[in-house]
Amino acid sequence: MAREGGLRLLGLTVSPFVVRVRMALQLKGIGYEYIEQDLFTKGELLLVSNRVHKKVPVLIHDGKPVCESLAIVHYVDEVWAATGPSILPADPYERADARFWAAYADSKLLPAWVGIMWAATEEEKAEKVGDTLTAIGHLEEAFGKCSKGKPFFAGDSVGYLDLVLGSQLLWFEALRKMFGVVVIEEGKAPLLSAWVKRFGQTDTAKEVVPDVDIAVQYLKKLQSHRPGSTVAQLLS
Amino acid sequence: MAGGGNGEVKLLGMWASPFVLRVRLALSLKGVSYEYVEEDLKSKSELLLKSNPVHTKVPVLIHNGKPVCESSVILQYIDEAFAGIGPSLLPADPHDRAVARFWAAYIDDKLLKASSQASSGKTEEEKAEGAKQAAAAVETLEGALKECSKGKPFFGGDSAGYVDLMLGGLLPWVHVGDAVKGVKTFDPATTPLLAAWADSFGALDAVEPVMPEVGKLVEFAMAMMSHAAAAAAATN
Repeated sequence: MAREGGLRLLGLTVSPFVVRVRMALQLKGIGYEYIEQDLFTKGELLLVSNRVHKKVPVLIHDGKPVCESLAIVHYVDEVWAATGPSILPADPYERADARFWAAYADSKLLPAWVGIMWAATEEEKAEKVGDTLTAIGHLEEAFGKCSKGKPFFAGDSVGYLDLVLGSQLLWFEALRKMFGVVVIEEGKAPLLSAWVKRFGQTDTAKEVVPDVDIAVQYLKKLQSHRPGSTVAQLLS
Repeated sequence: MAGGGNGEVKLLGMWASPFVLRVRLALSLKGVSYEYVEEDLKSKSELLLKSNPVHTKVPVLIHNGKPVCESSVILQYIDEAFAGIGPSLLPADPHDRAVARFWAAYIDDKLLKASSQASSGKTEEEKAEGAKQAAAAVETLEGALKECSKGKPFFGGDSAGYVDLMLGGLLPWVHVGDAVKGVKTFDPATTPLLAAWADSFGALDAVEPVMPEVGKLVEFAMAMMSHAAAAAAATN
């Protein structure tokens, strides 16, 4: 993997927002310096590189920061268009579809399962589980339409939506371990269930996704340090 | 009215919606003609329900029978599907594109969310917090305009682009809020660049005829507020 001069990524190993950027860089075969951040005590470089949100991920390319995970993934796809596979599809309509579902996965699915972890009452937890499963139901349908019978959302190989949803998977494992909640159940979401297994077998997943125990440990640390944190504080 | 060489372009919308306005402004800027269909949101059409089954919301752009949903996704689609027509909405340089995507996300995630809380918050405290955050977001956007415009009138530089459209769609509602509260959201004293931008944007040939009348929006807002107050009173 050729090391690209002047490419650094400020991140948190277990953050889905960071994981998807690392997956994008892995897909393109681009080397970079990874700098793990302590989100409890934010360093100067992070504060200076993302003045507006002070969040990870931040990609710093030749000294210029790029923030917001989806903007970064687009950036990687565009700058390194001639290298490796394309992350977004070529057709404008398919691009729109991928963006729509990525926005859905981040604005509907993600806050729902984070809500499970942070629920104060059994009632709230049940509500969040319900929201999560509803979102999964829609994504199950989306998989059918997007994949058109192929193994991934993007077709024969992984692409944008595979990365956006794939970056959330390790937390589904953590939810199962810590809360006994099964987010993608074979009986209810057979297509996604099969996709999860396939995705897990890709080099992209194997090289980038950390072990679920690291996520579990991080959650325990958060629970003891910051009761009642928001999504933002949890994972970015 | 079909778009001729552009294929059949239809927009499902609602006259008061800022999200629909973003799309109308984009199509106007690009010079793409389309058939506009006004939806009664209390009695949604079959076409709307079929075209946006996940959210059942407007705007929906239907191009050659294929629906595109979510205003930011639609704007990017318009830029890509009608690439040869009119000005580009996103800049050419990948870093500038990433910055544009960052600010587009900021407008929705921070400004809109805070404004929404300021008007619809459940308690006076929540509303006050929303107003405070909205004011802070406006200040941040003043800085963004300085960074992006590089001395030119628009976020997109010499001509209006993606970020201008994302913020511009909200302008009539900003004017409504100002009229109702007797304030100036884009105060020339504290946010001179945004104040000038609002005037420049509003005066564009492609923008002026598309904007809804602020007077009509004020009436609409008053009707909504008394409706909400009546509903709240009925449940007490």
